[in-house]
Amino acid sequence: MITFNSVSKRFADGTTAVDSLSLEVPDGEIAVFVGPSGCGKTTTLRMVNRMIEPTDGVIEVDGKNILKEDPAELRRRIGYVIQQIGLFPHRTIRENIGTVPGLVGWDKKRTQERVDELIEVVGLQEDSGDRYPHELSGGQQQRVGVARALAVDPPIMLMDEPFGAVDPIVRTRLQEEFLRLQQEVQKTIVFVTHDIDEAIKMGDRIALLSQGGHLEQYATPEEMLASPANEFVADFLGGERGLKQLALISVSDVDAQSGPVVTLEDTRAHASEVAGDANTDWVVVVDDARHLRGWVSIEELNGQRNVGEGNIHAFSAEVKSGDSLRTALNAMVTSRTGVAARVGEGGIYEGIVTHRLINEELSKPAQHTPD
Amino acid sequence: MTFLSELLAWFTDPLNWQGTSGIPIRTWEHIQYSVAATLIAALIALPISLYLGHTGRGGLLAINIANIGRAIPSLGLIIMAFILLGLNIVPVMIALVALAIPPIVTNTYIGIRNVNREVRDAAGGMGMTGWQILTRVEIPVALPLIMAGLRTSAVQVVATATLAAYLSFGGLGRFLFDGLALQDYEQLTGGALLIAALSLITEFALARVQAVIVPKGLAKRNATAAVDAKMSGRAGVASSGA
Ligand SMILES: Nc1ncnc2c1ncn2[C@@H]1O[C@H](COP(=O)(O)OP(=O)(O)OP(=O)(O)O)[C@@H](O)[C@H]1O
Ligand SMILES: [Mg+2]
Repeated sequence: MITFNSVSKRFADGTTAVDSLSLEVPDGEIAVFVGPSGCGKTTTLRMVNRMIEPTDGVIEVDGKNILKEDPAELRRRIGYVIQQIGLFPHRTIRENIGTVPGLVGWDKKRTQERVDELIEVVGLQEDSGDRYPHELSGGQQQRVGVARALAVDPPIMLMDEPFGAVDPIVRTRLQEEFLRLQQEVQKTIVFVTHDIDEAIKMGDRIALLSQGGHLEQYATPEEMLASPANEFVADFLGGERGLKQLALISVSDVDAQSGPVVTLEDTRAHASEVAGDANTDWVVVVDDARHLRGWVSIEELNGQRNVGEGNIHAFSAEVKSGDSLRTALNAMVTSRTGVAARVGEGGIYEGIVTHRLINEELSKPAQHTPD
Repeated sequence: MTFLSELLAWFTDPLNWQGTSGIPIRTWEHIQYSVAATLIAALIALPISLYLGHTGRGGLLAINIANIGRAIPSLGLIIMAFILLGLNIVPVMIALVALAIPPIVTNTYIGIRNVNREVRDAAGGMGMTGWQILTRVEIPVALPLIMAGLRTSAVQVVATATLAAYLSFGGLGRFLFDGLALQDYEQLTGGALLIAALSLITEFALARVQAVIVPKGLAKRNATAAVDAKMSGRAGVASSGA
């Protein structure tokens, strides 16, 4: 756990970069510091490994005041990905990754094995190990930066815009890979970005800072989106707040409605009745094993004896339990029925997601905690 | 006989290759003065400029002081030191060392300062101590420039060690001063050619050393960067001299 206790930083020139900051980063969580350029994110992060000393206040790591520790030793225990990557140009990728193991005195063999492992973990090609930093692309260099910080498996990581120098596609991939890695390694991470979407995606909690290092809000992404503490937070979260919120809620978090559902053998009259009850002019069609077949409009069933003879349309999009409500909403707006059909394992029909369901979800006070 | 064939005769005369005033012994003396002066200069200049470069303090001052050393003519310095210290090798050494220090200081200081801030920062952030940052990051990365400074110094020292003969010491300068006094132009020219050759050999030998010790990753990357830094270094020298 990392604790900031009324921490301030004023530079010699009078700039206040961080202003009386108090917050806690719980074990195993990613706390994202986000805010406009120059709001003190890097300064805050660098105070944790004493690259910058606070003017006021106390920072504790696992309950111990970091000012009481030897800076070099403290830093070896905290993984650090710096904003500008900062690979050592005279060292190969393997040597770069092996930096901290070398400092803490691992033997050659152990270092070698760990480096091999990390090259794989961060998704570098094996043969890039013997190359030099200037021979790698920006994205590859960032992977090396992350691998170097992970080398001695530190329980705490400081990551300053670790995916800043790459195009959006590579960034998305790095983010997803890193989140997957984090599920395994469960590190306590301070992650800096100025991109609110990255913050929402990566953060278990978000600390939103404004100019002069004021903490505007510290909350889970869900809480922040549902109830921004003030105007500044709302502005920074930007437009489409509702959509961003929906992106965080998975379809399985809400109870799907059973919907007007009929089987292939049901009669037209029955289908018409079911649709009438649900106030729709269509019905969902499943087979005997409840596999989703599609939907059919009551009008099109005119003259048919049972549903199976009708013209069954596929849903334009089916959603699975792992999809987000945002994905479901997208399916809804492109479907003639105005709902998204939810299917489970093996194409089994689970219900429908409707506008009402999404409305209700958005108007609930935030309660979706990460995990 | 033409001058060229007489020059050839001077070089091929067995007498000129024998005894304490023969070419081998004179060359050996010359090398000894040069190596000694360059080493002493490096021992003085490297620690100071590494320290200044590492801490980023007082660098301009050091470069300016070093340049004052460069501005004093070596011959004047030898004569002055001779008056103060009498006839021994020390005045020669003082002049040569004073000449060798500035390029080492300037290049080393600039080389260390030119190490990217973020690279130095990453080194600290990984938990390197100041000494480790200096020896494992700053010096290796600055090595192309540090070596450039040493090469410049060594070559200048080889050329200027000629002055040892002015105080009646040995070295290849003997051929110059004796040739001049005796109006023996073959000897004068022969000596000059030998000094030029030794300078070139020094340059090439140190270039070889540099190629071996500069980390592979830098060799390519720094090829252009080093030239830039050297030029800005020269610009600094020029402006500080004004
Ligand atoms: N060494 C320093 N001396 C004086 N002021 C500084 C120093 N370092 C940072 N600052 C100032 O402190 C403020 C916060 O800087 P910081 O680097 O923490 O911002 P940031 O949020 O990381 O910005 P960015 O998103 O651009 O990286 C800025 O106004 C900056 O100019
Ligand atoms: Mg920053």
